[in-house]
Amino acid sequence: MSTNTSASAKPRGKAPAGERVADWADGRLGIYSLGKANLRKIFPDHWSFMLGEIALYSFIIIILTGVYLTLFFHPAMNEVVYDGSYAPLQGIKMSEAYASTLHISFDVRGGLLVRQIHHWAAIVFVAAMLVHMMRVFFTGAFRKPREINWVFGFLLLFLGMFDGFMGYSLPDDLLSGTGIRFMEGAVLSVPIVGTYLSFFLFGGEFPGAEVVPRFFTIHVLLIPGIMAGLLVAHLILIVYHKHTQWAGPGKSEKNVVGMPFFPVYTAKAGGFFFVVFGVIAAMSALVSVNPVWAYGPYRPDQVSTDAQPDWYMGFSEGLIRIMPGWEINFAGHTLVLGVFIPLVIFPLVLGFMGVYPFLESWVTGDKREHHLLDRPRNRPVRTGIGAAWISLYLILLVGGGNDLFATRFHLSINAITWVVRISFFVLPVLVFFITKRICLGLQRRDRDKVLHGRETGIIKRLPHGEFIEIHEPLEQGALFKLTQHEQPKPLEVGPEVDENGVEKKVGPTAKLRAKLSRGYYGEGTQIDKPTVEEYEEITSGHGHH
Amino acid sequence: MSQDMSEENLPDRPAHEGGSQVATAENPFADPGFPAHQPRRQDIDEKAARSSERTVAFLFTVSMLATLGFIASFVVIPIDKIVYIWPLGHISALNFALGMTLGVSLFAIGAGAVHWARTLMSDVEVADDRHAIAASPEVRAKVMAEFATGTGESQIGRRKLIRNTMLGALTLVPLSGVFLLRDLGPLPEDKLRHTLWSKGRLLINQNTNKPLRPEDVAVGSLTFAVPEGLEEEQHDYQEQLAKAALMIVRIQPNDIKDKKSRDWAHQGILAFSKICTHVGCPISLYEQQTHHVLCPCHQSTFDLSDGARVIFGPAGHALPQLHISVNGEGYLEALGDFEEPVGPAFWERG
Repeated sequence: MSTNTSASAKPRGKAPAGERVADWADGRLGIYSLGKANLRKIFPDHWSFMLGEIALYSFIIIILTGVYLTLFFHPAMNEVVYDGSYAPLQGIKMSEAYASTLHISFDVRGGLLVRQIHHWAAIVFVAAMLVHMMRVFFTGAFRKPREINWVFGFLLLFLGMFDGFMGYSLPDDLLSGTGIRFMEGAVLSVPIVGTYLSFFLFGGEFPGAEVVPRFFTIHVLLIPGIMAGLLVAHLILIVYHKHTQWAGPGKSEKNVVGMPFFPVYTAKAGGFFFVVFGVIAAMSALVSVNPVWAYGPYRPDQVSTDAQPDWYMGFSEGLIRIMPGWEINFAGHTLVLGVFIPLVIFPLVLGFMGVYPFLESWVTGDKREHHLLDRPRNRPVRTGIGAAWISLYLILLVGGGNDLFATRFHLSINAITWVVRISFFVLPVLVFFITKRICLGLQRRDRDKVLHGRETGIIKRLPHGEFIEIHEPLEQGALFKLTQHEQPKPLEVGPEVDENGVEKKVGPTAKLRAKLSRGYYGEGTQIDKPTVEEYEEITSGHGHH
Repeated sequence: MSQDMSEENLPDRPAHEGGSQVATAENPFADPGFPAHQPRRQDIDEKAARSSERTVAFLFTVSMLATLGFIASFVVIPIDKIVYIWPLGHISALNFALGMTLGVSLFAIGAGAVHWARTLMSDVEVADDRHAIAASPEVRAKVMAEFATGTGESQIGRRKLIRNTMLGALTLVPLSGVFLLRDLGPLPEDKLRHTLWSKGRLLINQNTNKPLRPEDVAVGSLTFAVPEGLEEEQHDYQEQLAKAALMIVRIQPNDIKDKKSRDWAHQGILAFSKICTHVGCPISLYEQQTHHVLCPCHQSTFDLSDGARVIFGPAGHALPQLHISVNGEGYLEALGDFEEPVGPAFWERG
C-alpha cells in the first residue's frame, strides 16, 4: 500500500462510515471476496423464474409470523374452561391449546391477522413450491448439474406439506382433531408395528395429552430447522450452478445472460418479497382462513360435515377416500390394506417426482451438463409424463373433495367416487398421449414457421385467380431460437454378436433401458427439425409458399 | 452399465457456441448473437425518467402513510368491533384495518422497488461465462492423492482391528437413542380391545345426561349415548369417549335383516359403535328411510338394518354392535363390552 493511492480520492479525512464498516467486516468475514463473486452476478429474466421466489418469501413470512404466534400459543392439552371474549364458547371445556388460539384470535390485537397471514402463507408456500417444481420439470431445469438441487427442492415440498399438516393440527379444534384421528387410523394400519407406533406417538391411547406438544416441537423446531438447512443449500447451489436460461440469440450453454444481482435483482427480488408479503397480508384482511372458533373444541365423538384438510393434503385424502375397504384377516392378525395401500401410494406418487431426474438421465443416457431450458413441446414424452402426473394429482384432489362436489353440484357421491377410481388408472394414460400429441403438433407448427415463415394474414390474389396467404420469413434470431434445440436419438443395445462372431450378453436391464429410451426419443416422439438444406430449397425456390 | 450402451445418441454440440461470426451467409439458423439494446423511454427522455422517479417516490410515500394508518388502527379500533363491508359481510374492523394497511405498506414498497428497477436501473443485458462444475483432471488427481496420503497416515487400512471396532462402536451407539424413545408411550397390550362398557352399565343420553329408557328412542331418530360413569372431569375422558361413544337407532324388529343383530337389540333398539371402522371418525349422518349411516369424513356407508355392514366406501368391516337389554327399573343397559375392538382396524385385531 503506497502512500499515493489514497491521495487519488480523498486527500484528507476518513472514508465514509459505510466504507469503514465494510472494511471492518471484510477484515473479519472476507466480505469483499464474496462481493466480488456475487455482487454483479448475472441472473436471467423470465416470469417463470419468479415462482420459486414466491415460495422462498412465503417461507420467510411463515417464520416471522410463526415466531410471533409462539409468544401467545400454549401447546398444552390440559382442560380449561374458556372465559375469553368469544361469547359462544364461554364456559365450554377445551384444551389449553384451543383456548390460547381463541385468545390470539379475539383478545390479542393483530393476533387474528398474524394467524391468518401464517395460515395463508403456508397455503401459498406449498402451492408456490409445487408450481415452481412444475416449471423446473417441464423445462428440464432439473438435469445435470442440478439433480441434487431438485432433490433438495423435492424434500422441501414434502416437509412443507407435513409441517403444514402439523401446524393446522395444533389448535386442537374439531376439524384438526379429526385430521389427527385420521392419522391415528393410518398409523394403526401399518402391519406389525402400527399399534406400537400409534401408542408411542400419542403417548398412549388416542387422543391422550401428548400429541399437541409433540407436534408443536416438530412443527416449530425440527422440520423448520431441516427446511432452513435445505433452503440455504438450495440457494447456494442456485448461485453456484448459475441460473438456467432460455435459448435465444447470444445465449448458449456456456454463458448466462441477464442483469446483475446488484442493483437490478436486489430491487426486483427484494421488492418482490414486499409484494408477496403485502398480497398475503391483504388476503388475510379480506378472506378468513381456518376459523377455528366456528368448529369448536375437539371431541372424539363429534365431527363437522365437509371435513377437509388443507388443499395440499387433499390428494392423500382422495387416495384414502377412493380406496376400497380391503381387509385381510389371517392367523389372528389383520392386514388393513384399505388404509395401508393409500398410505404407501402417497409417498410413491410424490417420490416418483423426486427421483425423476435420475430416471430420465438413465433412460436417455444423457450425462452432460444442461443450462439451456427445454421448451416443453420439444420433449413430448417428459411433458406427457408431467401432465399425466398433474392429472393424477388433480383427480385425487377431486376424490378428496368428493363430498363437496356431490353437495355443490348435486351429484351422487358414489358416482363421483367410482369416476375417480376409474380415472386414477385411465386418466393419466389418456393425458399422457394427448399431451404428447399436442407437443408434436406444436413442433410441426414450429417447423412450418421456420420453413414457410410467419402467417401475415394478408391474402394475395394471383393473376390467374388463385388466392394465397403471404408468409413473412422469420428473423434470424427467431430461426435460431426455433432450431437450436437438440434432437437426441434413442440408445441402442448394439449388435447381439460382436465383430468376432461371439455372442454378446445383453442383460434384461439394458434391454429395458433401450426400450424406454426408444419410448423417449424413438420414432413418433419428435418431429425432425428443419435442416438448412430444406430451408434453402424452399426459400431459394419460386417464392411460392 | 454405461459401457454396454453407446453414447452416440447424443447430438454433437457446436464448437462455436455463442459465436455470431459464422452466422448468416452459410447457415441461416446460426446464432446471430446479441440483439442491439433497445433503449426505454426513460433512457432517452429525462422527463419520462423524472415521471418514473415521482411514481416510485409516490409509492414509497403511500407505504409510509399506510404504516401510520396501521399504528392508528391498532390504537383506535376496539378489538371486538364488527363492521359490515360489502361483499365480505360482517367482519372484524381491526383485522380488516390492520391487514389492509399492512398489506398496502408492504406492497407499495415492493411495487416502488420493482418500478424503479424496471424503468430507471440499467436494463442492458450482460453475459457471464459459466464455469465447469466438475474439477479439472489435475485438481481431481491432486485431491485423490491427498486423500490417499491421509488414509495412509491414519493407517486405517493396515490396522483392521481399529477399523472394525470403530465400525462396531458407531453402529451400536445410536441404539441408546432408540432406547431413549421407549417411554414415549405405554405398550398397546389389549387397550384397544376394551371400552368402558360392561354388564349392567346404563346407556346415558348424551343430550340430556339421563339414562335412556326404551320409550325415549323413537323409530327414525338417532340418539347418541355414553356409558354410565363416564364423567367429563375424569382424566381419561377423551380416550374413553373415543372408544365408547354409541349411536342408537330404533328399527321395526321385522326390518332388521341380520338375526344376531336383532337378538342383540331390545325391541328393535340397536346400539352401534359411533366410531367409524375406517379411520375412526364419529359417524353422524343417518338416513331414516334406508337406515343407512354415513361417515362424513370419508363417506363409508353402513346399513344399520343389516348388522351395520359396509355398503359403500373405504371402511373394511361392519360397525361393532353392543348387546343391550332393559334392567329391572326399565332403563337400557349393556349386557357386556363390545365383542370386538371398535374403531379403525389394526394388526393385532384379528
